Amino acid sequence: MIRKFVRAALVTLGLTVTPAVAEAPFIVVQSTTSTQNSGLLDYILPGFEAETGIDVRVVAVGTGQAIRNAINGDGDVLLVHAKPAEQKFVADGWGVERFDVMYNDFVLVGPKSDPAKVKGGTDIAAALTAVSQAEAPFASRGDDSGTHKAELDHWASAGIDPTEASGTWYRETGSGMGATLNVASGMGAYVLTDRATWQSFGNKGNLDILVEGDPRLFNQYGVILVNPEKHPGVRAAAGQRFIDWLIGPDGQAAIESYKLDGQQLFFPNAR
Amino acid sequence: MQGFASEFSAAMSLILEGDSELWSIVLLSLKVSVFAVLISALIGMPVGAALAVARFPGRRVLIIVMNALMGFPPVVVGLLVYLMLSRSGPLGVLELLYTPTAMIIAQVVLVTPIVAALTRQVIEMLAEEYSEQLRSLGVSRLASVPVLLWDARLALITALLAGFGRAIAEVGAVIIVGGNINHVTRVMTTTIALETSKGNLALALALGAILIGIAVAVNAIVSTLSLRAEQEGLRHA
Repeated sequence: MIRKFVRAALVTLGLTVTPAVAEAPFIVVQSTTSTQNSGLLDYILPGFEAETGIDVRVVAVGTGQAIRNAINGDGDVLLVHAKPAEQKFVADGWGVERFDVMYNDFVLVGPKSDPAKVKGGTDIAAALTAVSQAEAPFASRGDDSGTHKAELDHWASAGIDPTEASGTWYRETGSGMGATLNVASGMGAYVLTDRATWQSFGNKGNLDILVEGDPRLFNQYGVILVNPEKHPGVRAAAGQRFIDWLIGPDGQAAIESYKLDGQQLFFPNAR
Repeated sequence: MQGFASEFSAAMSLILEGDSELWSIVLLSLKVSVFAVLISALIGMPVGAALAVARFPGRRVLIIVMNALMGFPPVVVGLLVYLMLSRSGPLGVLELLYTPTAMIIAQVVLVTPIVAALTRQVIEMLAEEYSEQLRSLGVSRLASVPVLLWDARLALITALLAGFGRAIAEVGAVIIVGGNINHVTRVMTTTIALETSKGNLALALALGAILIGIAVAVNAIVSTLSLRAEQEGLRHA
């Protein structure tokens, strides 16, 4: 009886698990959590998939990990936000060419009580200086993501090395944006986040946007085809088709029209 | 935390209304983990039983290693399987990364030591109990393995359930090798991780409630089946 049951189970599972592996054309896009958690990709991808029949499979991780995965060849297209790292990726031969796709901005979020008194400021370096002087808790991604790289740049421009305070007021979570926002929400910490993730985040608690509008908080997204000469398995034709769509009129219009609570989260700027 | 109750009840109603998206995630979780446990049983039970009856140098060391592997961190397993299946890895040509098959492989690595170690324990005790009988029938140690496995089948179901529990509740490995891709490799635990990172704590908690429900249901079904099998066995005896 047991043997019969096992055989039946194997047949049922075998029939239903394997077709998911070998089927219609698809590409794997290595991207960042902000494009997925904000709902942008869920909103724009069905348009591309309906038009081309190409299924887009998104792996959403931090920019640093996305780039490393792409270097390993585990993706066909890279859609991330850390321009210097992206340019290096192409220069080192791992990617074919980099295109601008869209931008939004980073904001400094913190507790409404604002112990460092930075609310209303538009100078990110001054705000970070105030946070460090007040030794107010600051939650850092600490995961080599695009946001983490941007945050470290802002600390550098303020002339501060926050890692010296690691474990005291400067807390590196080593996690994604959402997980880090959860930490900040829990401990009433300041945190640098992209606006899209913040806007769509459901556990804001006592946090609010305190500093925004500094031109240095600009956040550019780029798209790159992984180099098929380095990894012959790369689905170059389908990947290129996705890139052409994303930076073409249809993709750009789709990005433009995505709104959450009436607010546009990403601004297309492909040339 | 305001609106927590309403969000939670909204999530619960999704479950009760049979939201198709949600149920396809639940189904994939079950498929991956059941498949992983079956494969682990095919590998782990013979290995565990052989370790229980065979005597050879290095056996103690093997048993210690196997027991230690029961506590292998899933993230490490995920990383190892990722390195194997990556396009730059030795098995990259198989194109298995970011598929349910990759998740099954990772779970097999996690579950097999549990099945093998628990099997060894059960079979070792049984073999001691049967040793005189088997010897008088002239059955060699290794040849007695199928008999012992069959007679221990009810106890072995518990070993499989322990393995299933580890598989279905695991997130660290499957999120690395599966990639948490919507409609392809998104399972219960990775959905919970994703919703938590979106700050949708109530939804994440509701999904956790389903996961617990599944675990309870599977245990209930298996224990009913094994109880019935036991009664049947008694009737035949």
